Amino acid sequence: MRRLLALLLLTPGLVACGGDDDTTLQVLAAASLTEAYTALAEDYESDHFGVRVELIFGSSNDLAESVADGAPGDVLATADETAMQIAVDAGATAAVPQVFALNQLVIATAPGNPERIHSLDDLDGITWVRCADDVPCGRIAVTLLKHAGVTAEPVSLELDVKATLEKVTSGEADAGLVYASDAVTAGRAVRSVPIEGSAAVPAIYYVAPLSQAADGGLADDWINLVNSVAGDVALNNAGFTSR
Amino acid sequence: MRDPLGRPPALLLIPAGLATALLVVPLVAMVAATNWASLPDQLRSEPLRQALWLSLTTATAAALICLVLGLPLAWVLARVDFRFRGVLRALVSVPLVLPPVVAGVALRTTFGRRGLLGEPILDLTGFSFAFTTWGVVLSHVFVSLPFVVIAVEGAFRAAGREYDAAAATLGASRWTTFRRVTVPLAFPGIMAGLVLGWARALGEFGATITFNGNYPGTTQVMPNLIYVTRQSDQDAALALSLVMLLVSVGVLLALRDRWLGTP
Amino acid sequence: MSLAIDLRVPGRVDARFTLEPGEVLAVIGPNGAGKSSLVHALAGTVSAEGSAEMAGTDLLALPAQEREVGMVFQGQLLFPHLTALANVAFGPRSRGVPRAEAEARAQEWLDRFGIGDLSHRRPGELSGGQAQRVAIARALATRPRLLLLDEPLTGLDVKVAMALRIELGRHLSSYDGIAVLVTHDAIDALTIADRVLVLDEGRVAQLGTPEEVSQRPRTEHVARLVGLNVVRDGDTLISFTPQAVAVSLAEPVGSPRLRWQGRVADVSPHGDAVRVLVHAAPDLIADVTPAAATELDLTPDRAVWLSVKQTAVRRYEVGPEEVGTVTP
Repeated sequence: MRRLLALLLLTPGLVACGGDDDTTLQVLAAASLTEAYTALAEDYESDHFGVRVELIFGSSNDLAESVADGAPGDVLATADETAMQIAVDAGATAAVPQVFALNQLVIATAPGNPERIHSLDDLDGITWVRCADDVPCGRIAVTLLKHAGVTAEPVSLELDVKATLEKVTSGEADAGLVYASDAVTAGRAVRSVPIEGSAAVPAIYYVAPLSQAADGGLADDWINLVNSVAGDVALNNAGFTSR
Repeated sequence: MRDPLGRPPALLLIPAGLATALLVVPLVAMVAATNWASLPDQLRSEPLRQALWLSLTTATAAALICLVLGLPLAWVLARVDFRFRGVLRALVSVPLVLPPVVAGVALRTTFGRRGLLGEPILDLTGFSFAFTTWGVVLSHVFVSLPFVVIAVEGAFRAAGREYDAAAATLGASRWTTFRRVTVPLAFPGIMAGLVLGWARALGEFGATITFNGNYPGTTQVMPNLIYVTRQSDQDAALALSLVMLLVSVGVLLALRDRWLGTP
Repeated sequence: MSLAIDLRVPGRVDARFTLEPGEVLAVIGPNGAGKSSLVHALAGTVSAEGSAEMAGTDLLALPAQEREVGMVFQGQLLFPHLTALANVAFGPRSRGVPRAEAEARAQEWLDRFGIGDLSHRRPGELSGGQAQRVAIARALATRPRLLLLDEPLTGLDVKVAMALRIELGRHLSSYDGIAVLVTHDAIDALTIADRVLVLDEGRVAQLGTPEEVSQRPRTEHVARLVGLNVVRDGDTLISFTPQAVAVSLAEPVGSPRLRWQGRVADVSPHGDAVRVLVHAAPDLIADVTPAAATELDLTPDRAVWLSVKQTAVRRYEVGPEEVGTVTP
C-alpha cells in the first residue's frame, strides 16, 4: 500500500522532469521593463529549449499584490522596494530580492525642446506633469524637485508613468517627468533632458524568484540572465542604468 | 396578501436572486472589509473633501448641461420624422459603447491643446479644457449625454403624441406644447434619465484621467483619488470607496420616491 | 359662414359636401368608414389634400393651431397633469389670454356644464360623463368657428349618455358655429343633428335630414342602424320594416320579386317579438311572434323563405351622385 502511494506521489515529479514542450516560465514585471524583458525572453528561450517565457507586465503594486494573494508566477520584478516588500512580507519570495537595474528620472519634452527646458528650474511657468505622489516615479520626482528647490506645481499628477509620458507625446503638456527607459521607448516622439542629481535618486528595480514557482531552477536561470552581461546590454539599451 | 395571480415562478425567482447576489455581495464584502475605526480620520482628510466636492459639483453641472442639451435632442428624436433619424440615434448612443479611455482620447483629439476645436479655441480665447475643471465637466457631459437622451426620448414617446395633437387644436404652438404638455407628462422619465446621467458622471474614470489629468482641487475626482490611494494605502482606498458608495446610494434613495415615480 | 369641404385622406376618405352656417351635422357609418379620419383632417391632426373653405379661408392650408377649430377627441385626451380648470383654460391661454382671465372664462364654462365645483379635480378623478363635459367645455372655450366631436357619447353609461345627449343638444343649438358630430349611435343622429352624413368606405353614401336618411336609407349600415331592411331592386331602393316580413318554410305564393331565400343566422328577443337575421341575398331582418318562432323551429342554419307585400314597401331612387353600397 505504501509503495503504491509513494509511486503515486513521485509520478508528477517524474513527468515534470521529462522535459516536455509546454513548460512555461511566468515572469511578472513592472511595465517599464517591457522592452528589456521582451528582448531577454528571446535569449532565454533560445537557451532553454522547450521552455516558453510568459511575460506579464503591470504596475509593480498590482503584481506584488496578486503574488501575495497566491497567484501563480515564477519571477517577480518590481520598479521599487515598497512593492517587492509586499511580496516578501507575504512570504511569496523564495530568495532575498536582488537589485538588478536602476532607472533615472528625466524630463521628457516635445521633439526639438521648443520651450527650451534644460533643468527642473525651467518648469516654472510651463504646462508640465509628473506622477502622483503615491506612485514610485512620483515619489522620486518629489524628492528631486525638493533637492532642486523647485516650487512650481504641475497641472496634473498622473496615475502612472505611462500616462505621464502620454501627456507629453500627445502635446497636452510641454514637459513630463518620466523614467529614462520611457523616454527611450518613446523614441523620436520626445526629447529627453537629463536631471541633475537624478543618479542619486534612482528607481531601484528588484527581482526575486517566487515560492509558488513551478520550477525554482528555471526561475533562478532567469535571474542569472538578467544579472549577466546580456542582461546589462538589454537593460542599457532600454534606458536603464546597471546597478 | 396573497397575489391572486399565483406565486412567482421559481424559474424567474432563482435568476433574480442570483442577479441580486451578484450585485449586492461585492458591496457587502467591501463594507465588511473596511476599517471602520479609521473612517473618521479619513473623512477629515483634505484630499477626500476636495475630491468629493469636485465629484459632486462636476457631476451635477454635467447633469444640468445634459438636461439643457439632451431634452431638445430627445424631443427631436421622439417627435420629428426625418430621414436619418435612426442614424442620428445610433450616433448619439456611441459614447455608451465606447471604452471610457477611448472616449478620453476622442475628447483630447477634439478639445485638447492641439485638438481640432481645442487649438482654435486656445488661440482665440486663451482657454484650454485640458487640466481644468470645465474639462472634467465636458468629459462628464460626453459620457452621460447618451443616457439622458435615450431615457428622455423613451419618456417622450410614452407621453403620447396624441396630447400634442389635442394641444395643437387648442391653438398651442409646438414650443408651448413642449413646455406645458410634453415635458410635464414625461417628468418622471426625465428625472430618471437625469439621475442616471448624474450617476454615470460621478463614476467616470477612464475619460477623465486620459483627457483631464489628475490634480487635487481642479481635476482630481473621487475615482482618481481612490485609484491613487490604492497604490499606497489599501485601507484608505476602501474607506474612500465606502464614502462614495454611501453618497451615491444616499442620493439615489432620496430621489427615488419623490421624483422618479417608482414605487 | 358655410363650409365647403372637398377633401381626400389617401386610403381613407374622399368626400365632397357643403355645410350650412350654424348647422349640426351627424356623421355615421360602419367601422373603418373614415369618420374619424374626416374630422381629424378638418382639425388638422391628420394630413389631407383638397380644401375646406370657410369665409374665404381654406382651413386645410393652415396648420392646426391657426384653424380655430375645436375638437373633442375620442377618449377626451384631457391633459392628465392639469386640473379641469387648467384644461379648459389651456386653449385661451395658448392664444395669449392672460391667465386670470382665461381661468375666469374656464370657470364660466364649467359652471355652464354644471360641473363648476369640479374645477380643481384632475382628469383621473372625474367620472366618464364629467370628463366628457370638461372635454367639450375645453373645445368651446376657444370660441371655435367649427366644432368637431368624435364619438362623444361612446363608452358612457346609458343613463349618463342620455343626460349628456340632452345637454349637448342644448349647447349645440346655442352654438353659432358649425358642429360635426361623429357617432355610431342612431339616436344621436336622429335627435341632435340637423342633417346626417353617411360615410361608407371613405365616400359620402348619403346626405340628408334625419327623416330622409332613416326612412329612405341608401346603405345597409344605416338600414341596420334604424332597424329597417333595404334592398336594391333594379334602379331603385326599397325599404321595409322587419315587422312587414313574413317568414315561411315553404316557398310563398305571390309576387316573385319580393321574396328571398336564405338560412337563419341569428335569433334574439326584440321587445315582445323575436328578431331573426337571415343570410339571404342580402341579409334581412324579420320580426316574428315567439309562438311563430317556435312553430317554425327558427334555429340557426334553418332554411327559410322571406316575403313582403308590395304595399308595405317604400320605394325610392338611388341618387345620381350616391355610391350605393346596397347589395342587389
